[in-house]
Parts: sequence; structure tokens; C-alpha cells
Amino acid sequence: MTTFMLSDTTAGKISAQLMHLRHQMGAPAIGMVLTLVVVCEERDQYDSLRAATEAAREHPSRIIVVINREPDEPIRLDAELRIGESTPGEVVVLRLYGELTQHADSVVSPLLLPDTPVVAWWPGKAPEVPSKDAVGALAQRRITDAKGFDDGGVRSLVTRAKGYARGDTDLAWARLTPWRSLLAAAFDQPVGQVQEGVVEAASGHPSAPLLAAWLSERLGAPIRVADTQGPGLTAVRLRLADGELSVSRHDARLATLSRPGQPDRNVALARRQTSELVAEEMRRLDTDEIYEAAVKRFARTYKG
Amino acid sequence: MTDDPAAPVEEAVTVAAAVAGTATTLEVEAANPLRDPRDKRLPRVAGPCVMVLFGVTGDLAKRKLLPAIYDLGNRGLLPPGFSLVGFARRDWKDQDFAQLTYDAVKAHARTPFREEVWKQIREGIHFVPGEFSDDGAFDALAMALSEIDETRGTGGNYAFYLSVPPKFFPMVVNQLKRTGLADAPEGSWRRVVIEKPFGHDLRSAHELNEITTSAFPESSIFRIDHYLGKETVQNIMALRFANNLYEPIWNRGFVDHVQITMAEDIGIGGRAGYYDGIGAARDVIQNHLLQLLALVAMEDPTSFEASALRREKEKVLKAVRLPETLALNTARGQYAAGWQGGEKVVGYLQEEGISRESTTETYAAIKLEIANRRWAGVPFYLRTGKRLGRRVTEVAVVFQRAPHLPFSKDDTEILGQNALVIRVQPDEGITVRFGSKVPGTAMEVRDVSMDFAYGESFLESSPEAYERLLLDVMIGDPPLFPHQREVELSWKILDPIEEFWATQGQPEPYESGSWGPPSADAMMARDGRVWRRL
Repeated sequence: MTTFMLSDTTAGKISAQLMHLRHQMGAPAIGMVLTLVVVCEERDQYDSLRAATEAAREHPSRIIVVINREPDEPIRLDAELRIGESTPGEVVVLRLYGELTQHADSVVSPLLLPDTPVVAWWPGKAPEVPSKDAVGALAQRRITDAKGFDDGGVRSLVTRAKGYARGDTDLAWARLTPWRSLLAAAFDQPVGQVQEGVVEAASGHPSAPLLAAWLSERLGAPIRVADTQGPGLTAVRLRLADGELSVSRHDARLATLSRPGQPDRNVALARRQTSELVAEEMRRLDTDEIYEAAVKRFARTYKG
Repeated sequence: MTDDPAAPVEEAVTVAAAVAGTATTLEVEAANPLRDPRDKRLPRVAGPCVMVLFGVTGDLAKRKLLPAIYDLGNRGLLPPGFSLVGFARRDWKDQDFAQLTYDAVKAHARTPFREEVWKQIREGIHFVPGEFSDDGAFDALAMALSEIDETRGTGGNYAFYLSVPPKFFPMVVNQLKRTGLADAPEGSWRRVVIEKPFGHDLRSAHELNEITTSAFPESSIFRIDHYLGKETVQNIMALRFANNLYEPIWNRGFVDHVQITMAEDIGIGGRAGYYDGIGAARDVIQNHLLQLLALVAMEDPTSFEASALRREKEKVLKAVRLPETLALNTARGQYAAGWQGGEKVVGYLQEEGISRESTTETYAAIKLEIANRRWAGVPFYLRTGKRLGRRVTEVAVVFQRAPHLPFSKDDTEILGQNALVIRVQPDEGITVRFGSKVPGTAMEVRDVSMDFAYGESFLESSPEAYERLLLDVMIGDPPLFPHQREVELSWKILDPIEEFWATQGQPEPYESGSWGPPSADAMMARDGRVWRRL
């Protein structure tokens, strides 16, 4: 592994240094398939970068971390380059000072890999309209995370719905994939009309209302959200003509599927790490219409 | 037995049966309000079912099948209630089989061990002891299965995986027929999975098929060729049919020849009983290499549905022609003692369980041609062998030399032919070889390689071939499984060669750790070509 620090530098110098380091290491013989731009604050940097590097094992990428520092300081760009670090790709950590914090795209844009997809990810706070953001506009896929908001994660989903553009997605949605997959599997055997239902989750968990919105959109039945002790999502209960179909999970690992007239069955349903969520996002870079429908439905019904 | 394996009558029956066999699951899936083709995050999860594994103590079960089932569970692809039933001649209880599964998972699973996943799988593990000839044991199996339907809600959907030597197939299949396990009640399915070898020649393949089809319709028979489950093999189709770059040059106008190689560095190990009398060509060329040939050479299918894909593969296999003089265009060898990768190893004839006079080949190379407009005159060289220099499987499409070189002869002296290499294993990826100028003042051109590997440098995350195939069996998705017609067509290609070899006595010995017998090199030299050094 090689780490290289550049202080008070420019995108051109970073680019040259990257090429130099790659040649020095004997040019890693792996093709990078996309650029992942992570826009975050200093305190999120370590965890986010770790998740991104792990996701890059599945999708060899150039990872560019953009950290906006003090906007009052003199203009300055510091960069940290890492190559050969438990990832087949490259990592560039950029720290922006002064007026430059308003023009991050001018640094990021020349560092993008040519002619391959760009993914932007805000692990914490995200712009109101990600697609209109200077960095977000460079990306085909824009990943936000409602859970990254200290409070009001649920409300941030309303903002997401208002500012939605094709290519937007939220990790609160990706967290639901195993749940949705299990529920869909349960519906592979005919169950009849669902009359109403409830999604139970820890209070303020942003994924819960999204799941409820998706279910009511697809099932045409009212689905409400109820608070529990958690952790995370704890149950989905759907009332049918002949009883209840439910998936419940109390230890964040093993869930129980119950349906009328059939024995209860246990299914592994572990909460996933951020790296797995990001890797899932990068697997498909096309528009997620199902997410769009769910988040917009949620916003229509939100009363907060 | 029909002379033409692709008789139209059978075709019609197959299509009808396929529709009948899949209708139940597909209809329900289409009616599922939570599924939407645009919802690409939702993985294909198998419906509730039981996998019945015959031959649980075998190497394949321990190394591949049981770990693959765990990995599927870990990826959330196993249905709730999924149950695994082991059947073997052991005086075992459920927990003994669970222990075997646990050990196999711990030793060979590709995904990290997670207690909750194991717990889910453990709940569905059952064991039925017995011999294949024992009616009582199969009655017990049938009872156990209907009990599992009761307690686990598996809905009468069973997949029978026959991981047993072919000589037991008739017995097992007849037992399944006798106990009614082979007949699916309305609204459920019964599938049977069989492993290679699919016979040892055309006749035996046909007989084997008669036995299986006497109990199961063709659409319920899944023949596993694990090569077809590999990511890189599926990528051959993406490379060819999703790009516009290669198609224009993928023909006799540009391609000089194609080399398909599967080299192993190991000997026969503990497989003496199976291997002797079978040999390299039947073991590898008949299935893996001819399937690779079909994928590389076929025309573009109208869709990736099983019937369309199989039709194109059959067409190209039917067009395969053997060379006129087999003596000059085939080669076979048998490994002799030598040094392989720094270890001293014995020859084939000294292996335990092998007769000193065995004429079984451990190396086989053949030249084939494809009689169609795209490939006429382009030889396809297939080779496979044990105890070769290293383990590698690849397909190399070697292009013709540039028609005119504006450089002096000295400048391009060491310039080879352009090649596109699909590396199947172990280093999965694609290599393009082309000429490039050597830096300096002189115009010297030599070969360089350009590599592509998609995330394959960290293999733990990419699914194993068996995972994909087991999932496809449970879902009932057949494109990656060869049809009986393909099996029979492959035997038609290989049978004349085997018959010729049978008259030739002892195969030519080659030193372990080398790249095969001299006759294989001589065969290429006669055509003015050389094998790629791997």
C-alpha cells in the first residue's frame, strides 16, 4: 500500500501523482469500472471510506472522498492518495477550504475516470435536490441516506421525494431489500387480498414508512407504521381474509414467517452493513422506479 | 431410438411439457402483487421446496453442494421452509447429517459463517438411511417428505439431486417412480438433477436418458455441467452479443483458429475407479469443451430463453465435422512419472487402482471443423490433460496475421498473432493480445497483453457455479443446463474418435508437469500452428 499526501495542490497535480504512483506500483492490472464520489464531513470520513473500499471489492472503482472544511479560511486543496489498499482501485481524499468548498466539482470533474459511470454518495447530510448539486450533477447515480440525518430522517424523505430525479436512491430503501425479498417470496404462493397491515419498527426509523408506502402501493391496502423498541424493523403484519401473514424479527438476525394454515418458519434476515448496501446500489445503475413510487407515495401521505 | 436426436415430434412434446411444467410457478409469480419486472433489487428467490440429496457422503456434496446451499441461504435466496434431505447407506440420524453439513459449510463455504443462517438451514435438515435397492427406505423417504410438507410448508415441491455413480441411476429412478415421488401432483413440481457423465458413448447416453425420461419429463430433468454456471462462461454471451466490437471479426474472414484448453495440474487422485476406462476425452471434451465450443461458435439466439439458446447450440454442434484422417489430427497421451510444480509424482500406470496395462488416456487433443458459412476452414483445437504444467481453462480466439506489414521483417520478427482469450479459470477474465511498439528509437513491434477482470481479484463475493445452478433448479430456469439432444450430439462427435483410439493401443506417454505428448505438438505443427503456452 502506498499513501501520498499533497498539500495546497490542484486537480492536475493529483492526477499526475496518481498516474505516477500507479506506474511505480507496476500498474495494477485491473480495470476500474466506475468512480464513486463520497461527499461527507470529517467525522464520517473513516467509516464511509471503509464502506466504500469494501464495496469496491465487488466493483473496482476510483473512490474520491470530498470533505468540505472551513469556508472562512483561505482557499486551499489538500489531497491524500492511497493505492493498493485492500481494494483493487484507488482512493483520493480531498479536503477543501475557503471559497473552494462552493466549487468542489471543479476538483472532482477532472479526476473522474473517463467514460465510465459516476456514483455520488452522501453518507450524512445531502443537498435538497441532489441532481442539481454541483457534484451530484456529475453523477448518474445519487445515493442519499435518510438515516445519516441526526434527527428528522423520516422528514428528509419528503425532501427526497420533492427533489427526486431519475437516478436518485436512498440507503433507507436499500436496507429494505431483504425484507421486501422475503415478503415477495411469501406472496409467491397466492394469499388473497390484504385488508390492512402494519409495519413495526424502532421509533423514527426512516425505512419503516418507506416499506409501508411500498406495501400499500403494491397491495392497495392501508398500511400503517407502529413504534417498537427495535432494533431496526421488527415486524410486518398483514391481515388477510383467513388470518394474518407476518414476518417478525426481534434480534436483528433471525425472522419468523407465519401465515394462515402453515407452520411457522425461521429465515435468516440480518441487518446489513453499509458496504453491502453501497455495493447493492452499484450493481444496478439504472433508474429505480419502484423506489420513486414508494418515496413519492410516502411524501403524499406524510403528516408531520 | 431415433436417428436424429432433434426429431421434430420430440421438440413439440418438449415445448408442451415445458409450458405445463413451469406454468404453475410463472403464473403465480406474475400474479404476485409485490413483484414487478422493474424492481431489479428483488433477487429471484426459489419457491418453497425440498432438496433431496442422494450421495451425501461424496466429495462433490461435501466440497460443493452443501456449501453452495449455505451460501444461497446467506445471500437470502433460499425460500422460507427450505428443507434438505440426505439419503445414504449410513446408520445415521438427522444430527449426523447436520454435522456433516456443518463441517462442509465451515470448510468450504465462500461467504462468512453466520449463526442465524445456519440455524435456518439446520431446522430443515433431515436424513433417511437406506440402500438404493431397499423398498422400505424409499417408502420411508416418501413418508418423510410428506411429513416435511406438513411441518415446513414445502408444498410438495421436490428436487432430487443424484450425486451418485451412473450405475445407480436406474435403481434410484425406479424407486422414485415406484413410490410416486416422481409424479408431481397438481400445482407442485418434481425435478431431477443429474451430473456428468451422461453415459460413456451415444448408446449408453441414450439408455441413461430412457431410464430418466421413463419417470420424469424432459423439462424436469436438469443436467448439470458446472462450467455453464461459471460467470465467465456466461460472460461469453455478453461479450459476443452485447457488443458490436467483436461480432464483425468473429468469423472465418478474421479468425485463424480457436484453441479451447482445460489443463489440470493434478493427477486422477482418488478417482481411479471412475477414471480408468473413461479417459480425458469422455471426462472433459464431451461435455465442458464442446459446450464452450458451442457458446463461442453459435449464432446469436433470438432470446436467452432455454429453447432459443439450446437451438443455436444444437445447430452448431450438428455442424461440427471431424477431420478425415484421425491419426494425424488427434493426439492422446498418458502421464508418466516426473516432476510437477516441485513435487515428484508417479505416472498414471503406477497410480493406485490402475492396471499396469491401462490404455486410458489422460491427455486428449482433437481438431474439429465447423461446416457453416461463419466458420468453414477455421479449425477448432480442443485439448485437455491431467498433470500438466498448471491449472488453467481458457478459450483463445487467434486472429489472422495482418495482410500486409509496412515494417521491415526484422522489426516484426517476434510479433505473434492477435488473440482474444477468455480465461475461464482460475484467473477469470479476458485478455487481448496485440502488437505494440517497443519504446526506443527503433521500430520494433512485439506482443503485449491487455487484461480485464471484473472484481474477480476478490473471488469471495462472486457466486460459485453450483450456487447459480442449484438456484436455477429450484426456480425451474433451464437455459444453463444442456438438453439431451446436446448430450447426444456431443457423443456423435466423440464416438468415432474413441473408436479409432481403441484400435491404437497404448497412448503416448508424456512427462508429468510438461504440456502433453509430442504428438500433440506435431499435430499443430502440421497445420503450421503452435499451442499457446499457458
